[in-house]
Amino acid sequence: MKIHEYQAKEILRGYGIPVPKGRAAETPEETRKVAEEIGGKPIVVKAQIHAGGRGKGGGVRVVSSPEEAEKAAKEILGMTLVTHQTGPGGRVVRKILVEEGVEIKEELYLGVVIDRSRECPVIMASREGGVEIEKVAAESPEKIVKEWVEPYVGLRPFQANKVGYGLGFEPAQVGKLRNVMTGLYKIFCEKDCLLAEINPLVLTGGGDFIALDAKINFDDNGLFRHKEIATLRDLNEEAPLEIEASKYNLNYIKLDGNVGCMVNGAGLAMATMDIIKVFGAEPANFLDVGGGATVEMVKNGFKILMADPAVKVVFINIFGGILRCDTLARGVTEAVEEVKVNVPIVVRLEGTNVEEGRRILRESGLNFTVASGMQEGAQKVVEALNKVRG
Amino acid sequence: MSILVDEKTRVVVQGITGNEGLFHTKQMKEYGTKVVAGVTPGKGGQKIEGIPVFNSVMEAVKETGANGSAIFVPPAFAADAIMEAADSGVSVVVCLTEGIPTLDMVMVRKFLKEKGTKLVGPNTPGIISPGKCKIGVMAGYIHRQGTVGIMSRSGTLTYEVVDQLTKKGIGQSTCVGIGGDQIIGLNYVDLLELFEKDPDTEALIMIGEIGGTAEEEAAQFIEKHVKKPVVAFIAGLTAPPGRRMGHAGAIISGGKGTAGEKMEALEKAGVRVVRNPAIVGSELSALLKRA
Repeated sequence: MKIHEYQAKEILRGYGIPVPKGRAAETPEETRKVAEEIGGKPIVVKAQIHAGGRGKGGGVRVVSSPEEAEKAAKEILGMTLVTHQTGPGGRVVRKILVEEGVEIKEELYLGVVIDRSRECPVIMASREGGVEIEKVAAESPEKIVKEWVEPYVGLRPFQANKVGYGLGFEPAQVGKLRNVMTGLYKIFCEKDCLLAEINPLVLTGGGDFIALDAKINFDDNGLFRHKEIATLRDLNEEAPLEIEASKYNLNYIKLDGNVGCMVNGAGLAMATMDIIKVFGAEPANFLDVGGGATVEMVKNGFKILMADPAVKVVFINIFGGILRCDTLARGVTEAVEEVKVNVPIVVRLEGTNVEEGRRILRESGLNFTVASGMQEGAQKVVEALNKVRG
Repeated sequence: MSILVDEKTRVVVQGITGNEGLFHTKQMKEYGTKVVAGVTPGKGGQKIEGIPVFNSVMEAVKETGANGSAIFVPPAFAADAIMEAADSGVSVVVCLTEGIPTLDMVMVRKFLKEKGTKLVGPNTPGIISPGKCKIGVMAGYIHRQGTVGIMSRSGTLTYEVVDQLTKKGIGQSTCVGIGGDQIIGLNYVDLLELFEKDPDTEALIMIGEIGGTAEEEAAQFIEKHVKKPVVAFIAGLTAPPGRRMGHAGAIISGGKGTAGEKMEALEKAGVRVVRNPAIVGSELSALLKRA
């Protein structure tokens, strides 16, 4: 789960990590009020969306009075911000973060993630801050200092010092950096994060560190023990069909093509997208109704598929194991009868009771193209697509 | 032969009294798996499906000689269940649970290193040595005893490939679902080592997917240590970056973990990589005929 910058900064503040004075606002008037509270200049007004590259997209302004802040807020609030991370559709800005400007002497990167190969958290730090760390890793990996943390022991002070000296700082700065690092690592562990990142971490003229931007991604699997974190979810940042799908415990991800896919199991769902592409078409979505899908899940999944106007053909690819194909076939026919369907449907069923399942589909009187095998299914999808296109 | 589980495996089911646990206990028994005990704290002394239930794994192991475990325990308690099984000396632990917090698994892995227990999963369909033993939720009948070893991060995609093989009359020595999470027990490299040593495994199928670098590590290992032919399919060539594709571990992050990179690494290691998931079985069949 992702959260906004202003929410991440609140969490940092709670762990003693210095962040600029300020808070979130939803209206130009409120923006002005916050700017007045801050009481200095410059003031920075930042669009809050779950994507990076906001500055380049015009979502960040530096102003010198509460009046100017109000004016900037008027322009930013409600705008559709397009960045390299939002996709061409962009995101509508509903909140802004208003905060004091900070004097920047140097920009650093500081992050904590899980190293999957070493199976433990790793601290990553670099003096090449303010740019994406992936870029630094690709172009000049020697500029990143890494420190792996033994989870039972936690981040030891000597390790944080190692990072600080590794970056080439003097003892006074190393001590301050250690406090930031210790706080960030604590957040990572105590809140079940997958990523906790301060970028840039700014070194001020006065020799202090302050978190200018922050990004925290939480482990969805850990949310059950962090109710306070779960409430930070912003549904405005998610695609409506994806929210709808998550209500039914379905995994749906919208893509750019026009072949709607419904599959049981994540691996098979990805493989289905891939085979569609092998035969020259493009998947409209990823939809996993679960390795052990029920009739109800199939029905709900189908409704979500049909709500996407881009879908021109539907490909249902189910491998029934414990779940029987006849049960599934009933689910699909019920769903098709219930939802108004005006696109061709190719169904590929395999597994337990497959003959019975195929018979149900054939005898339903509905317009299914039944395929045996994934490959035949994908071929029939492409044929159907060509017919639709005329 | 086979790897990890066979006719000598004696299974304790942790969470046997839950819906899932009970259903799959019956299925496993029906397949011929020796399910010798169940564990549900507080329900010790009962019998379920003729299987004695104990309060702890330690007790179950002591009384029944269980050496394998199947875990059907909710995510919040699953890490503890894995550690309990390891602490009780169970040698192969299969954790079917999906949704265990990543940091719990980080702790579990450290704990297991000192115990010598082999963990399959979590978030796996399980492991099956056809005709001998099944610890998991896969449909047993689609398998056939034979000489192909399968390793996969996925469930139904594995069934798909097994089905392709079985329909061609090609059987399997052992099929292992390694799990779809970020932090898992046995990985490709561990299994490649076991399969390479197994005299009854002639060829291998590796089913990978986007996210992490397990496939790249497997490629390095194959290049140096594996003589048996390997066919691989990597799911997610069309997956968008930055999105978690169903499995917790299936995500391209920061441009790393793409299917393309993995395919390239495996091809460089001499693995036959197929881009069409429907022809994994026929490719393997062709490889076997050539050998």
